[in-house]
Amino acid sequence: MHEETVYDALTGAPDDARWAFGTGFDDPLAGVDTTVPEGVAPADLGAYCLMLGDDALVLAQRLTEWITRAPELEEEVAVANIALDLLGQARLLLARTAAAGVLGPCRERAGASVPDEDALAYFRDPGEFRCTALAAAPNGDFAHLVVRLLAAATLRLAAFDRLRSSRDPVLAAVAAKGVAELSYAREHAARWVVRLGDGTAESHRRIRAAVEAVAPLLADVFTPTDVELRLAAGGAAVDPAALRAEVLGVLDAVLAHATLEPPSWPAGAPPRGRLGDHGPEVAELLAGLQGLARAHPEATW
Amino acid sequence: MNGWPLYEVFVRGKRGLNHVHVGSVHAPDAEMAVHAARDLYTRRNEGVSVWVVRSADITASSPDEKDPLFAPAGDKVYRHPTFYPIPDDVPHL
Amino acid sequence: MSAPVDVAADELERGFEATLAAQRRIEPRDWMPEGYRATLVRQIAQHAHSEIIGMQPEGDWLLAAPSLRRKAVLLAKVQDEAGHGMYLYAAAETLGVDRDDLTDRLVEGRQKYSSIFNYPTLTYADVGVIGWLVDGAAICNQVPLCRSSYGPYARAMVRICKEESFHQRQGYELLLTMMRGTDEQRAMVQDAVDRWWWPSLMMFGPPDTDSPNTARSMAWGIKRHTNDELRQRFVDMTVPQAEFLGVTLPDPELSLDPATGHHRFGAIDWDEFRRVLAGGGPCNAERITRRRAARDDGAWVREAAAAHAAKHGAAHAAKQTGRTA
Repeated sequence: MHEETVYDALTGAPDDARWAFGTGFDDPLAGVDTTVPEGVAPADLGAYCLMLGDDALVLAQRLTEWITRAPELEEEVAVANIALDLLGQARLLLARTAAAGVLGPCRERAGASVPDEDALAYFRDPGEFRCTALAAAPNGDFAHLVVRLLAAATLRLAAFDRLRSSRDPVLAAVAAKGVAELSYAREHAARWVVRLGDGTAESHRRIRAAVEAVAPLLADVFTPTDVELRLAAGGAAVDPAALRAEVLGVLDAVLAHATLEPPSWPAGAPPRGRLGDHGPEVAELLAGLQGLARAHPEATW
Repeated sequence: MNGWPLYEVFVRGKRGLNHVHVGSVHAPDAEMAVHAARDLYTRRNEGVSVWVVRSADITASSPDEKDPLFAPAGDKVYRHPTFYPIPDDVPHL
Repeated sequence: MSAPVDVAADELERGFEATLAAQRRIEPRDWMPEGYRATLVRQIAQHAHSEIIGMQPEGDWLLAAPSLRRKAVLLAKVQDEAGHGMYLYAAAETLGVDRDDLTDRLVEGRQKYSSIFNYPTLTYADVGVIGWLVDGAAICNQVPLCRSSYGPYARAMVRICKEESFHQRQGYELLLTMMRGTDEQRAMVQDAVDRWWWPSLMMFGPPDTDSPNTARSMAWGIKRHTNDELRQRFVDMTVPQAEFLGVTLPDPELSLDPATGHHRFGAIDWDEFRRVLAGGGPCNAERITRRRAARDDGAWVREAAAAHAAKHGAAHAAKQTGRTA
């Protein structure tokens, strides 16, 4: 590359194709027909997309907490990749929620300049979030990171795999895009669980502790809410109960490969996070996420 | 030096082209190296093909004695992992 | 393999000089003077460290980015910086140094990084100003390095410069957006410009009169322009951008010299530069502490993966066999 050419490129004609995010706000669902299919209740569909979107958003936030703190530079890049994928999923799903007409009081709290996806992400209170504890639990060490990621990505991949045939074409498209991303995330996490489980005595001990810490977070993830049951009956959503055997089977197989005994997986518990019942860690996470945006509700970013 | 070994990365940018050396990554093993290489050098573009090879496993052509540019030693591509001492107190870093 | 012992050192040096004179690249296996190698290692390592430490000031806003789009843009940018650091460490490693060792030198304070990253990011406008001014200054410094005489360094810089131009553009675009927002946002932008302008000018290094290594580095083709030349180019490029943005650069002496077409600017506080470079900046300790913690906290992970590879190395190798082309 000649020096002059580079300087030209800096000041000359924009070539935003190379910049992944373009310039200016881009509606992630721009040009997409967001009509809710007949027989699917828009309120249910919006609520369901909020559940999936919130999981992605809070888990992306947890992964982002690792940036500049990963054990190797290669891992900084991988963790950022996964966080970016989840953030992209969150944006699509929150936009889908808004397009289904499910916005609620956050729309009033946010200024007119705030896009719907940001009104949902930044101007809802903790009790209005629908993420599971699996996605939102605070970080631990690197073993915790990869075990939680393995569980969350496996569960989400199983759901997205089925959602590719959702009766809502928007959700089906989001899921189809997400499947490749989640396969990457699951495999990345699995590779690490195997290496840490079958690495040193110290890493084995840590990964076992992480499995013990993460396993209880699976208690409520296979329990459907009424919204999910209604949508699943109509072919728009997945009943998470149907995912249990597959997900635990994958986890057991990875753990066995990692020379770890499978834990006693928790019995099913009533949904908590899906109904807005969270531990204090969610309020804390949201304070960090939302503080700046809420301090300037009329601002444009 | 307790770190992971260095792997050289070769990428086939698109069909019809050779794999070309693009740089290196550190990884504990070849499988992890392929993934790190894909993350870093191809931004996970699934269409391209990535090779990795331990830097230490590459043998280079013998230095041409007619070409004085070649150092009179070594058949490795890099001097790695021989540590080369650098003075620490050189000003104007 | 027997060494061609009759090749005299001065013949090697003549070959090296001839390659430089012909504007051809020096490549890793070539003979090179030890001073050339040491200078390159120092410069590339410092550059790599700057990319990695430079993740932190902006990274501090990743969690609080005020929109999902801005969060994604910033995360992609910080990820790029990790990538740039890795390209550069890889280039340094062709000179016979080891990345872990360079990291040790960084966290032990034996190698430096750009002093700009020792300033704090106080508001979100700092993210935009870092993109515009800091990345802009970095680009001015780095574009000529795409023609550096050392091949691996030049190639790394080509990749980096391509991505940096988008970093600069996203920063400027954020500032344009904020300037169209509320009064409070406009004040944030001006405040950030006020704080980052002078440190950005310092990024080009000491004035030529106080930069004894410059002549040698230029003779070797490691540097292509002097510090003051690059600084002047940056000021000339930036002034019209500031006008378009609607901010005031905090220098009352800044003015266009109609005779030369270049902007004159006020005196830089080199005492501050030296103080920050020597560790007296607001964030030096914090930056190094975090980098050291990542290295130390990750040691068990790296050891475990190495132990796994040692146990299963044969199996991995077998799996790879026959899976080429």
